[in-house]
Amino acid sequence: MPGLGGRMSTVIKAKINKMLDKAEDPSETLEYSYAKQMELLQNVKKGIADVVTAKKRLQLQQQKLEQQVVKLDTQARQALSQGREDLARTALERKQFAQTELQTLDQQVVELEQQQQGLIDKEQKLRTKLEQFRTKKEVIKAQYSAAEAQVKISEAATGVGEEMADVGLAMQRAVDKTEGMRARASAMDELEAAGAFDDNLTLTEGQDDIDRQLSELTSGSQVEDDLAKMKAELGQGSAPSPALEEGAPAADQPQQSPGGQA
Amino acid sequence: MIVRIATEDQYRLPDEDAERLNALDNDAVAAVEADDEDRFHAVFEEMLQLVRTDGHRLGEDELEESDVIIPPPDLSFSEAHHEFNGEGLIPD
Repeated sequence: MPGLGGRMSTVIKAKINKMLDKAEDPSETLEYSYAKQMELLQNVKKGIADVVTAKKRLQLQQQKLEQQVVKLDTQARQALSQGREDLARTALERKQFAQTELQTLDQQVVELEQQQQGLIDKEQKLRTKLEQFRTKKEVIKAQYSAAEAQVKISEAATGVGEEMADVGLAMQRAVDKTEGMRARASAMDELEAAGAFDDNLTLTEGQDDIDRQLSELTSGSQVEDDLAKMKAELGQGSAPSPALEEGAPAADQPQQSPGGQA
Repeated sequence: MIVRIATEDQYRLPDEDAERLNALDNDAVAAVEADDEDRFHAVFEEMLQLVRTDGHRLGEDELEESDVIIPPPDLSFSEAHHEFNGEGLIPD
């Protein structure tokens, strides 16, 4: 099977060569690649730590959003019980937006967990291969003539070099993805800082940029459904807006007095 | 034949699989050239499955060089444009 190549072979081989090129004499090559492996092992550990940090950050974001969802829901009820449907609608739009974000975050946390596990496995495997390489290196040094050693070393070094390059690639991909998620998390922070999830329902009067974006992002029908449900719960089943009447399960809901909503 | 799925594992495959793998690879290149994302993902997945099911995972203490290295399973379509172009796994 002459010339059997692979899609990634060129990339990975270039990396291996770069790693091994620096040393010329066989035993130097061995020591050099061994040192290089130890270095990479440290990098993998650092990569795992980075993924864990990113995950914690996202989980914190999750908690904040969960709190926001509860708060916005309460605010919508309050607004509605005071007859401020416009405020209630805005609160529900924001709640809808927060819920969409939460779904994305859940997914990302799962993804990060998988990456974390993948890197832990990789680190373990590299450690085993490294041990194998260390043993082989001593055997080669002790048993083979210089010429034979050259061949044996190049075999072993390529095998372990490939593993190293592959772990490097896995690390790089994990870091790239984590960066992307970080960027999204900080975008959320900025949005929050800009008042998208303000404590007080005071933003609605002046429709700013974020409000417009929120309205565009949130699914209107979901907001209408929520509003209708809430009205039914609050005993305002026959809504003034005709659009609401279809979906409002007013008759089935126990009538609650507005006073019950603290 | 030893095949590595990048970022995953190394597998030992019967040599007969080389032909099948090469055919799938050509399909993947064709899908990328046709800008057919769904088709590409289907073919790429089939390629990965062939290696995973037909191959035996190499032991953790085996130091072997791969004959073929397949890109990472989470390869995006835009990344595929860089990987899947030109000659097949087995160049003439």
